[in-house]
Amino acid sequence: MADLRTTIGALQLKNPVMTASGTFGYGLEFADFVDLSRLGGIIVKGTTLEPRQGNAYPRMAETAQGMLNCVGLQNKGVDYFCQSIYPQLRGLGTAVLVNVSGNSPENYAECARRIAALDDIPAIELNISCPNVKQGGMAFGVTPEGAASVVKAVRAAYPKTLIVKLSPNVTSIADIARAVEAEGADAVSLINTLMGMAIDAERRRPVLSIGTGGLSGPAVKPVALRMVWQVFDAVKIPIVGLGGIMNATDAIEFILAGATAIEIGTANFIDPAVTEKVVEGIEAYLERHHFGSIRELIGAAHCG
Amino acid sequence: MRKYILDLRLRSISHPRPGYAVLRLTDPQGALPPMQAGQFVEVRVDDSPTTFLRRPISINFVDRQANELWLLVHAIGAGTEALTTLHEGATLNVVLPLGNGFTMPAQSGQVEKAMKDATNVASAKAERWLLVGGGVGTAPLLYLGQQLVEAGVEPVFLLGGRSAADLLQLDLFERYGQVFLTTEDGSAGERGFVTQHSIWDASAAQPFARICTCGPKPMMVAVARMARERGIACEASLENMMACGLGACLCCVEDTVDGNLCVCKEGPVFNIEKLKW
Ligand SMILES: Cc1cc2nc3c(=O)[nH]c(=O)nc-3n(C[C@H](O)[C@H](O)[C@H](O)COP(=O)(O)OP(=O)(O)OC[C@H]3O[C@@H](n4cnc5c(N)ncnc54)[C@H](O)[C@@H]3O)c2cc1C
Ligand SMILES: Cc1cc2nc3c(=O)[nH]c(=O)nc-3n(C[C@H](O)[C@H](O)[C@H](O)COP(=O)(O)O)c2cc1C
Ligand code: FES
Repeated sequence: MADLRTTIGALQLKNPVMTASGTFGYGLEFADFVDLSRLGGIIVKGTTLEPRQGNAYPRMAETAQGMLNCVGLQNKGVDYFCQSIYPQLRGLGTAVLVNVSGNSPENYAECARRIAALDDIPAIELNISCPNVKQGGMAFGVTPEGAASVVKAVRAAYPKTLIVKLSPNVTSIADIARAVEAEGADAVSLINTLMGMAIDAERRRPVLSIGTGGLSGPAVKPVALRMVWQVFDAVKIPIVGLGGIMNATDAIEFILAGATAIEIGTANFIDPAVTEKVVEGIEAYLERHHFGSIRELIGAAHCG
Repeated sequence: MRKYILDLRLRSISHPRPGYAVLRLTDPQGALPPMQAGQFVEVRVDDSPTTFLRRPISINFVDRQANELWLLVHAIGAGTEALTTLHEGATLNVVLPLGNGFTMPAQSGQVEKAMKDATNVASAKAERWLLVGGGVGTAPLLYLGQQLVEAGVEPVFLLGGRSAADLLQLDLFERYGQVFLTTEDGSAGERGFVTQHSIWDASAAQPFARICTCGPKPMMVAVARMARERGIACEASLENMMACGLGACLCCVEDTVDGNLCVCKEGPVFNIEKLKW
């Protein structure tokens, strides 16, 4: 049996397959379809210090091989998470990570501090790349200085593994990755959604309530893969790759481009059991090609 | 309720009207799981290259004896078009059952027994519920009607459409209760909207115990207003646009008195007291 284990900072994953924030609920929604303990990790919904209502309906538009969303970080706040959700997530047999958002460096840091107190949350993913909120979110993720300011504040407040999720809506994602590495991030994850929009020709109005939204699904995969490739050459910290992964082959491509682990998002909507199938598919790929460990594949497309 | 991903076989497909289809699906692997009236399924559409997400479709009927799940589909775009043009024997991948169904009357085994014993039916004065449907929103009301009869409630159907051609499965509805119709062009039943039907005046003497509605939002809003005016409990089944159908993406929210709630998970059936209509 091939070795699927992989490591991000101090975080040991039993395999490289995690779920993308905002697409897998708290994991429990998928328990009828997936043996959650088979997954490398679950990254739960975007969580903020204060509760948020999110944006108005409609929040979704289907596009060619993908979808736009403008959910806008609806969540009941970090204290609700700690008291009411966290107890249900203990003992799932997989790493549970929290995706953290905010609107100022201090506010991000305070949210991270409260999550640091939870024994069974080994890492957070810092979302500096949400395109769907007016304040904060992506605003921090589109300049090296903005990204650095948030990571600096959170790093001081959060001692465990810190993954920073990058926005693709930038000229040079490598520059942003370098900036967060310099502030002590343990890893970067990429990509968050690409900003886009849809217009209803019959109503002659934008489809989404706030006009624009974030594009995800297979439509973004080539962009995401290219960005993982570029960031691999720019930083030494591990990369978590995502964007349009629908099956094990897609996942392997991200790993070959330089990802140490991957996340599956929109694909969960098409096949709620896809995550477990990707784990099995990666295993089968390793055996078919006689690799002893998944780690042999990380960035392997760069050599030669 | 436990949810499943199943490959169902299309046992038969009929086209009651152009643009509509009734899909009768069976599970070749075994008995279909428990399902409630008002719940829905998410169908993967394989034969339409432009359809990326699954499509939510109501449970139209469950025929336990034949082990069949029925879906009533109206072709309004590429996804539903592909579903209405499927052929017998096709395999359809569905996730089910999703959401919460209509609230059922407290089901006592005794009522059921009484219903089966035909002589008792007349003597026991059954509660009457009004089921109001518009367009393809009538779909879940068929299964609901059947389930209510089993629970000892007498369903009365009030179904509306633009014209007679939009009113489907009437013979089946008649099996479970009285059927009243409205059409906007007067081609069947009374002319006008469901809320203008004379049954609303006639029922003043013997009011309905409850109202269940599914259809276009403006219709349900009007029905909810009628129910409120009359002090009758009312549930409405919403059809917000969905991505996951599982409560994971938060795309399908309705602005309620409890804040934004997912129609797919907290609904699709809501008591109107929760809605801001
Ligand atoms: C819980 C639930 C139950 C449903 N039950 C049934 C059913 O039993 N039978 C049935 O035929 N349909 C049902 N629908 C509606 C059905 O899901 C949509 O018609 C379908 O998704 C449209 O897909 P399409 O690819 O054919 O059209 P698309 O090309 O996606 O859309 C065509 C047009 O219809 C609009 N539209 C699409 N979906 C909706 C929606 N949900 N609400 C309002 N406008 C919409 C689009 O904006 C677009 O303008 C239900 C929807 C929900 C949420
Ligand atoms: C409905 C929806 C909600 C999302 N919510 C979040 C979120 O709260 N935080 C976050 O960092 N990313 C969020 N994302 C982005 C995904 O985690 C992921 O980065 C993106 O969808 C690309 O991956 P995919 O193509 O596999 O979906 C969301 C995406 C979708 C589709
Ligand atoms: S459709 Fe995803 S939460 Fe309702």
